Amino acid sequence: MSQMERTYLDPDINMETTVYWESAKNGKLLVKTCKACGKLHYYPRTICPHCLSSDTDWVEASGKGTIYTYSVMRRTETPYVIAYVTLEEGVTMLSNIVECDVDDVAVGQTVEVVFRDTEGGHSLPVFRPA
Amino acid sequence: MVRPTKAYIAGVYEHPTRKAIDKTIPQLHAELAAGALADAGLTKDDVDGFFCDGTGPGLGGISMAEYIGLDLKYTDCTETGGSSYIVHVGHAAQAIADGKCSVALISLAGRPRAEGLKTLGARTYGGPPEAGFEMPYGPAVVNTYAMAAMRHMHEFGTTSEQLAWIKVAASHHAQHNEHAVLRAVVTVEDVVNSPMIADPLHRLDCCVISDGGGALVMVSPEIAKSLGNRSVKVLGQGEAIKHLNAGQVDLTYTAGVTSGRIAFEEANLTPADMDYASIYDSFTITVLITLEDLGFCARGEGGKFVSDGNLISGIGKLPFNTDGGGLCNNHPSNRGSMTKVIEAVRQLRGEAHPAVQVPDCTLALAHGTGGQIGTRSGSATVILGRNDA
Repeated sequence: MSQMERTYLDPDINMETTVYWESAKNGKLLVKTCKACGKLHYYPRTICPHCLSSDTDWVEASGKGTIYTYSVMRRTETPYVIAYVTLEEGVTMLSNIVECDVDDVAVGQTVEVVFRDTEGGHSLPVFRPA
Repeated sequence: MVRPTKAYIAGVYEHPTRKAIDKTIPQLHAELAAGALADAGLTKDDVDGFFCDGTGPGLGGISMAEYIGLDLKYTDCTETGGSSYIVHVGHAAQAIADGKCSVALISLAGRPRAEGLKTLGARTYGGPPEAGFEMPYGPAVVNTYAMAAMRHMHEFGTTSEQLAWIKVAASHHAQHNEHAVLRAVVTVEDVVNSPMIADPLHRLDCCVISDGGGALVMVSPEIAKSLGNRSVKVLGQGEAIKHLNAGQVDLTYTAGVTSGRIAFEEANLTPADMDYASIYDSFTITVLITLEDLGFCARGEGGKFVSDGNLISGIGKLPFNTDGGGLCNNHPSNRGSMTKVIEAVRQLRGEAHPAVQVPDCTLALAHGTGGQIGTRSGSATVILGRNDA
């Protein structure tokens, strides 16, 4: 049985992350890259956490990834799957796994990004089995 | 080479309450101060250093010091979640060695149970920089620890039954503790058949929620000598942190790898030298990963190490959490390292419950984890020795 989905809380958005959340509304998952050291990072910052350069830029991720680990939260009104997803690009992000039976999720499973509206009308990247 | 002992723990006190409906947090701090000072044979006016975490109401411990009536030369309110108090032990030892203070009071108090606080994450706005990328996904304390457990099972074949042995051992100890929240002895079957909270962690893989707290009194070697032989030596201490590392995530270890190495090096001792270990046990998985991090067994071997009663006093090779730990006895303010130090001191004094006292306990370890091992956390380790060690 596919899972019911809970109401998604709004993200806390600040001047460093506005572009990320605006792009999400257009169905794009962005990660940050650093032009100085060439490395990607997540969560996105203005200053690169690898080399402290301010020469960082947004790049669109493919939206494909694999589940590094997950847990099914059972002791709540609507059970949900929380997971770390490792993107094809090599960074790992916290997210939810949706459009699946919560009992069929597995470490190593391939997933793809989809977006969900939050209660205040923002768009949140989550993942479903690919 | 063994370095000279910087400081001693002269007094300890664990608040007997587990639900503090009728007490304020400052009141708990003051009761804890009185208890730990009485245990040490000192008075409030002897205290010249005060340490508490960032949850002590007021500005950096000043309001707590004012309420208790302390006249201080030194304060430190380093906040690393549940590992804070073992961080404070290290900082107090150094402050004493540097002559900044000579009698340091370390205190933890809280009442999450009375206040009905939920451990599922609250909304955070204008808060830490990671909040926007985490809170909408519903991270709670339990499901982030659960993700570490799930990965450990995937990489190393660790099983729910192996994790259950940790709770079984804690329950064997808690049956002898009249203050413990859970005193019933449980079996592996009881644990794995208890309701699933966040896969793969069951209800009995989780610690209790309780109010109260604990306090420690640390003193200089000269003062320790004047107080008789109940003080225990701080032989080594280490502290470190770990986070999500810009998206290069590995949940199979904690900063205990670093804090443990530093503490053992300072003490010039190894895990094999330890007669007893207090290991922070917010969840069963916390203990298993910590034992690997500290070198009690190899990475991935924790499941085998904790099985078959190996952590039960009188039965296993490494008696742990003989007060019943956070899993069964007490987890005041959702912060566990204070009670870890207190039970280690009881063991080294020979004052643990006779049913769980480790014979001739000479060297002991206490370890704390703060924050969440599934996201970001602090680790702190202290090696303690009996007065004659």
